[in-house]
Amino acid sequence: MTLNVTDLAIARGGLPVLEGLSFRLEPGRALILRGPNGIGKTTLLRTIAGLQPPLAGQIEGAEDQIAYAAHSDGLKQALSVTENLIFWARVFGTSSVEPALTAFDLNALKDRAAGALSAGQKRRLGLARMLVTGRPIWVMDEPTVSLDTRAVAMFADAVRAHLGQGGAALIATHIDLGLSEADVLDAGAYKATLPALDDFDEGFL
Amino acid sequence: MSIWEYANPKKFLTTTERVMPFLWGVSGLLMVVGLIWGFFFTPDDYRQGSTVKIIFLHVPAALMAINAWFMMLVASLIWLVRRHHVSALAARAAAPVGVVMTLIALVTGAIWGQPMWGTWWAWDPRLTSFLVLFLFYLGYIALWEAIEDPDTAADLTSILCLVGSVFAVLSRYAVNFWNQGLHQGASLSLDKEENVADVFSNPLYVCMVGFGLFFIAMVFYRTGTEIRARRIKALMARERMEA
Amino acid sequence: MIALLMRDLRLAVRAGGGFGLGLAFFLIVTVMVPFSVGPNSELLTRIAPGVLWLGALLSCLLSLDRLLALDWEDGSLDLLATAPLPLEAVVSVKALAHWITTGLPLVLAAPVLGVLLNLPGQGFLWLVLSLFLGTPALSVIGTFGAALTVGLKRGGLLLSLLVMPLYVPTLIFGAEVARRGAEGMAVQTPLLMLAGISAAVIALLPFASAAVLRINLR
Repeated sequence: MTLNVTDLAIARGGLPVLEGLSFRLEPGRALILRGPNGIGKTTLLRTIAGLQPPLAGQIEGAEDQIAYAAHSDGLKQALSVTENLIFWARVFGTSSVEPALTAFDLNALKDRAAGALSAGQKRRLGLARMLVTGRPIWVMDEPTVSLDTRAVAMFADAVRAHLGQGGAALIATHIDLGLSEADVLDAGAYKATLPALDDFDEGFL
Repeated sequence: MSIWEYANPKKFLTTTERVMPFLWGVSGLLMVVGLIWGFFFTPDDYRQGSTVKIIFLHVPAALMAINAWFMMLVASLIWLVRRHHVSALAARAAAPVGVVMTLIALVTGAIWGQPMWGTWWAWDPRLTSFLVLFLFYLGYIALWEAIEDPDTAADLTSILCLVGSVFAVLSRYAVNFWNQGLHQGASLSLDKEENVADVFSNPLYVCMVGFGLFFIAMVFYRTGTEIRARRIKALMARERMEA
Repeated sequence: MIALLMRDLRLAVRAGGGFGLGLAFFLIVTVMVPFSVGPNSELLTRIAPGVLWLGALLSCLLSLDRLLALDWEDGSLDLLATAPLPLEAVVSVKALAHWITTGLPLVLAAPVLGVLLNLPGQGFLWLVLSLFLGTPALSVIGTFGAALTVGLKRGGLLLSLLVMPLYVPTLIFGAEVARRGAEGMAVQTPLLMLAGISAAVIALLPFASAAVLRINLR
């Protein structure tokens, strides 16, 4: 399933942040999204995930294909690691959580309540959630926050395995994941230019 | 030429600025003439005495209280369908005017009710419905105030207005069912024979038109303010982004 | 959908889930009423149906601000919105879970509290029936209010202000059924109205709630 983004423009808080953005994400490929803070990476990922409408442009091949991982992991503190994963597996209509537990080395923790995990362990659980969705395109926002180097390597392996099965990944990150085969997209190049000051219309700008 | 042209904030501002003096003048004149005519140049009612003259405030205010909500409903629908910001801002601008009209109707009703029914307040269906309408206005205004992002606020309040309208009608029927009231029937109606004598109805019409125009003038004026406030907000956000 | 329902029910009964709080509140309010109006049993008999309905309504209101806000804070709502489940289903299931953990216990507890307020014998059936028909509407309307205020810090008070006027028709017809039942009058009309409101609200309001939620998630 190819993700096809053409001439996309997005806004945050009523202000256009990125415009003229186009890219293709083929199966088996990973795309690393870079750019300074505040450029609109999170907004771009939320738009592609379908959480907010774009200002202009098309996003094709995203619907029902995307697994989205945001800054927060959506974990329920009172549920155990396995219960959290099984919930998401059932929502996405898949069955097995064992491979996800193994990939992120969570087997030893699987009966512990998510609230009792450390920040890095929570993040690993949040990333393991991507595996149980069974969706081909992973869209991830800063997935490596609070992970140690071993866990980052674990994550890179999981992404590589996912690509190997014909999946694709779009990852916004600042660190080097060790995914040398990934393409890089610099969001800074698409910074939107604001309309002239005196031309004040529906957008109030 | 399309009417939607005026949904452009700039066009809206220039047009309303041109008609404002005229609107203020005519509405003020009609209200003054109508109220003076009503208060001083109509006879006392044979049953209600001079108390009846509060009708010249009470009825137009009550009318505008309902019509203001109706206008907000239409403006909200326009915003949801056509995404004209001016429409959403006009709905926002109308709400405080509507709430004041509701308050005037409630207070004058109480002042009228005291000598007539011997009580300031009764849980009569009409009075109760107005009280419920007042609560709807408060919720609507509070929601506008609570939300930071203006477009989100416009969307949410519009949907609240829609849902609220359905529930307001439902409440009206529920309240009618719950208590048959003291309140007299409608003072004016189009289909029935008039139940207010002509001596009263003529100044009443003048007052109603005056209140209506005054409402329009207030909404235009306040919408203009909202547009400018919105522009300032957008410019400040832009400045922060460029810095 | 069942997974979501089971998760919400499980969360409600685990530590910190707040299950039973509404019930305890219902009990407290009912016990406070005789303290405020006096122990005269005739008076209590007369006001019992209304007091029990109001108590149930307030107990429902109490737990609404957790209904969606918790899922909003930990990011689950974002993830649910990108899941295969439509948001309409999500809000409906949430309302159902709220009803099972809050509304249903209130319905079951109401007869006991009716005894405390000297409710006449013929009124119990109608009280329970009216609450059984009315509390689902309270949960669904409350979910709409919760969806409106989900993004707000300290949205609890605003939530009450928004939801209360929407509760008016349900309260009027529900309390009317209970009152008429207790006084041995015909209950058919308000009962049908109450059932109609519940049915219409359950069928239609989730669409508004989902639309509101989508806007808040942008």
